[in-house]
Amino acid sequence: MMELNTQRMEDFKGIYKYLVVFVGLAFFLIFIRLWSLQVIKGSELRRLSENNCIRLRENPADRGMLLDRKGRILAHNRPSFEVYLVPEDLKANPEVLIKVGEMLNMTQDEIGEKIKAQKRRAPFKPVKIKSDIDWNELALLETNRVYLPGLIVDVRPRRAYDFGDLASHLIGYLGEVDENELKQYKETPYRMGALIGKYGVEYRWENDLRGVDGGRQIEVDALGREIRPLGIVEPFPGNNLFLTIDLDLQKTAEEAYQDKNGALIAMDPKTGRILAMVSKPSFEPDIFARNILPEEWKSLVENPHHPLQNKGIQGQYPAGSVFKIITAIAGLESGIITPNTQFTCTGAFPYGNRDFRCWKEGGHGAISLHRAIVESCDIYFYQAGLKVGVDLIAHYANELGLGRVTGISLPHEKPGTVPSSSWKKKRFGVPWYSGETLSFSVGQGYLNATPLQLLMLISGVANGGKLYLPQVVERIENIYGKKLKEYPPVELGRANVSEKTLQIVQEALRGAVNDPHGTGWICALKGVKVAGKTGTAQVIRLPENFKKGDMNRMPLKFRDHAWFVAYAPFEDPKISIAVLVEHGGFGASAAAPIAKKVIEKYLNLEPSPPSKMAEKESDLDYAD
Amino acid sequence: MQIDRRLFIHFDWTLLGIVLAIASIGILNLYSATAKIEMSGTPLYLKQIFWLLSGLAVMVTIAFIEYRFYSDFAYMVYSIALFLLIVVLGYGIITSGAQRWVKIGSLSFQPSEFVKISLILALAKFFHRPPHRKGYSLKQLPLPFFFLLLPMVLILKQPDLGTTIILLLVFFSILIFVKIRWSSLLTIGLAGGAVVPLLWNFLKEYQKKRIITFFNPDLDPLGAGYHLIQSKIAVGSGGILGKGFMNGTQSKLGFLPEQQTDFIFSALGEEWGLIGSLFVVGLYLALILWGLRIAVQAKDRFGAILAFGVVAMLFWHVFINIGMVLGVMPVVGIPLPLLSYGGSFIISTLIGVGLLLNVSMRRYLF
Repeated sequence: MMELNTQRMEDFKGIYKYLVVFVGLAFFLIFIRLWSLQVIKGSELRRLSENNCIRLRENPADRGMLLDRKGRILAHNRPSFEVYLVPEDLKANPEVLIKVGEMLNMTQDEIGEKIKAQKRRAPFKPVKIKSDIDWNELALLETNRVYLPGLIVDVRPRRAYDFGDLASHLIGYLGEVDENELKQYKETPYRMGALIGKYGVEYRWENDLRGVDGGRQIEVDALGREIRPLGIVEPFPGNNLFLTIDLDLQKTAEEAYQDKNGALIAMDPKTGRILAMVSKPSFEPDIFARNILPEEWKSLVENPHHPLQNKGIQGQYPAGSVFKIITAIAGLESGIITPNTQFTCTGAFPYGNRDFRCWKEGGHGAISLHRAIVESCDIYFYQAGLKVGVDLIAHYANELGLGRVTGISLPHEKPGTVPSSSWKKKRFGVPWYSGETLSFSVGQGYLNATPLQLLMLISGVANGGKLYLPQVVERIENIYGKKLKEYPPVELGRANVSEKTLQIVQEALRGAVNDPHGTGWICALKGVKVAGKTGTAQVIRLPENFKKGDMNRMPLKFRDHAWFVAYAPFEDPKISIAVLVEHGGFGASAAAPIAKKVIEKYLNLEPSPPSKMAEKESDLDYAD
Repeated sequence: MQIDRRLFIHFDWTLLGIVLAIASIGILNLYSATAKIEMSGTPLYLKQIFWLLSGLAVMVTIAFIEYRFYSDFAYMVYSIALFLLIVVLGYGIITSGAQRWVKIGSLSFQPSEFVKISLILALAKFFHRPPHRKGYSLKQLPLPFFFLLLPMVLILKQPDLGTTIILLLVFFSILIFVKIRWSSLLTIGLAGGAVVPLLWNFLKEYQKKRIITFFNPDLDPLGAGYHLIQSKIAVGSGGILGKGFMNGTQSKLGFLPEQQTDFIFSALGEEWGLIGSLFVVGLYLALILWGLRIAVQAKDRFGAILAFGVVAMLFWHVFINIGMVLGVMPVVGIPLPLLSYGGSFIISTLIGVGLLLNVSMRRYLF
């Protein structure tokens, strides 16, 4: 053990008296303060404590607006009059409850329930009993306010979406903040019951949109009525988001769907900016801005067509014949096929113990790549795919953005599936069968893609292989119009595909819309060349004796999905588009007309009259 | 080790009496203040009694082991406390939140509480070698500063501003007690004054705002300002005689965010008025003056500095906490010894009292 050190102990004794004086002074200060609070201000502070006269009133901030690329308002806030009661103030005047109930047409039980629902309420915190009251109710309450202690009527900003369900999946919706979110935002907490973005842009840009809530510290009288404010914090509105979509184009796209289901995304292929984003069926974001009723929620969740899902990024479908673009690129790049390689289509291709069929009965005869894409010959691609092999096709599918999320700033994006021999071994533990390559090379089988991924594919082809990050917000401004943030185009990379290959494919896609017998002829426009590809994604395997016309007689849920992807103008692409119509039947007849309307609108073309060919039933109506 | 019979003769019953008196009032007050809080599980005052009894056992054990023995292990104790702090911070990073607790089985404790005691031990050990004639100079002080800054940075990161401030105040109190040269103290002051504005520029806007409202809660009428006015109303409404035991209204309504810990004094002031408040404040004053006497009457430097460190810790806790509740000090999270709820805090307080008893009853020995 250490030796005791007793040197210089006198230092301590010397400082002792100063320390005692210091401590004495400090405690004297406490004494003075106690005296001042409890004796001098005692009765005043006791009065304030009696009815809890100092209270807080919330004043939530206006949420930032959502505008389209041209500054037209898609979502804003409107004033809403909300009625609150302070239960503690009602104890002395229980008749207030009855009077308020009469004025608002509410029963005592209804009001009682609302009050009880707020169990973990801080004392003297007002309880909302009715929101968004009308002018008559407001006038009635306001004129009688003096006789209604414990009643508070306050104006609150309420989210308003002027175009109903327009772009609802992109915009998203709000909901009451939950336990997790309360914990998550420790730095800048939400108050209980606050609305927070739950989906879409409202969710992803929550931090920019929410603003800073304000409030007032007030003194109230014995009846709970405000005497004077003691401290005020003004709320500061959230920032405004300028979306990349165009309101007119979005409207056109939504209307083009009529009552069909599916998804459409249009993009500027040279920047990645999304011009329109539709998912059908849609929902009314407004019902989330007031608290959604349980029945409404149930009907949305139980709807078999999934209205709450943004099918453009969350729906995963077989790509159908659209995938032939990939098979062609894989064949050309590997040199296994050339533009001149010919295969013979007789309408059916026996492989293993089954016949793989072409959509065209009787077949295309001897056919090379250009015509095989233009007329979407299945048998050409069965044979080409067999030669190229699954893994090479998978490689180019990945190269052009399939099988992984694009990284768009919207929640719940799905990656789709690109099968390969190693993928199958890992997933199912069995090797890849060459018969599966046949389905794969025409976009069936295990292959799954979201509409956004096929949009990336067609945009990549249009853009010489360059892929841009799809973006939905162009810039953020504060309420004074000062630009806070901009989202410039982000190049994700360049697909490793040669110029020459892309040119061949581009020519063929132009042919598919503009050549005689092209499957996408419906989308041909006057004055502007469109390049595109139709597709039909099988939902179930069709029986061998299936006739083309039978599709319209099948139950809806078994009908094929229709695809159309395109870009225009051919020489200098300004818009690329992917259209999916769920259970729409054939890509040519169901999806292409929708794409046409959108392209026409965007390029400011006169809507062309329905082509003469459409009048009579054409073989091409069933082309995929 | 044999326990000397003389220890019992010299046992400091006065100190023990003051501490037990404050602690008993603390339990009663906590019982009243938390009576209306709906909580599942064991009531807080029962938990507090459990912590108090455990703490008293620890205190007696600490008191009877000769304090020179602690001097041998001072740096080791300090290292262990520091290690626990790092553990807590690492865990906090993983769970991405403020993290002050270490869990061992079903018991969790706050290492930052024990860092206070371990810093006092380490400094007492360092300063038990006397200075030159004029007092310690800056050249001799790198190690003590190191002792202070390491845990301070770690605790600040948790973030726990209250404990950081206590460490800082205890450190400088000890420097003055062991006699640091005035010129050195001036240098430190000037250096600190120069560094603070520099650091200020590095802070983000919201951090600056938070610190400003910290010193002027009126700027935050919806948060700190509101809590403070409620606290003042609670104390003031007690008047001279108080509203009576269990009759407080203000402090029971949940207006105060930390009513059972940092703002516990407001409940006392409301229910017992000026009379009760002064009685408790008087007990604290007695405790601190008595402790100071123990420090200067100690037989050796280590004992004196150890005792003084504990007294400084208690003093700053009491002064800042009560000042905060009464609205004359910034609202920092510093609890009130023996009155505030909190297991780690009551145990670290009683460890400190144990050390005081230890030094006190050995002043005639050796």
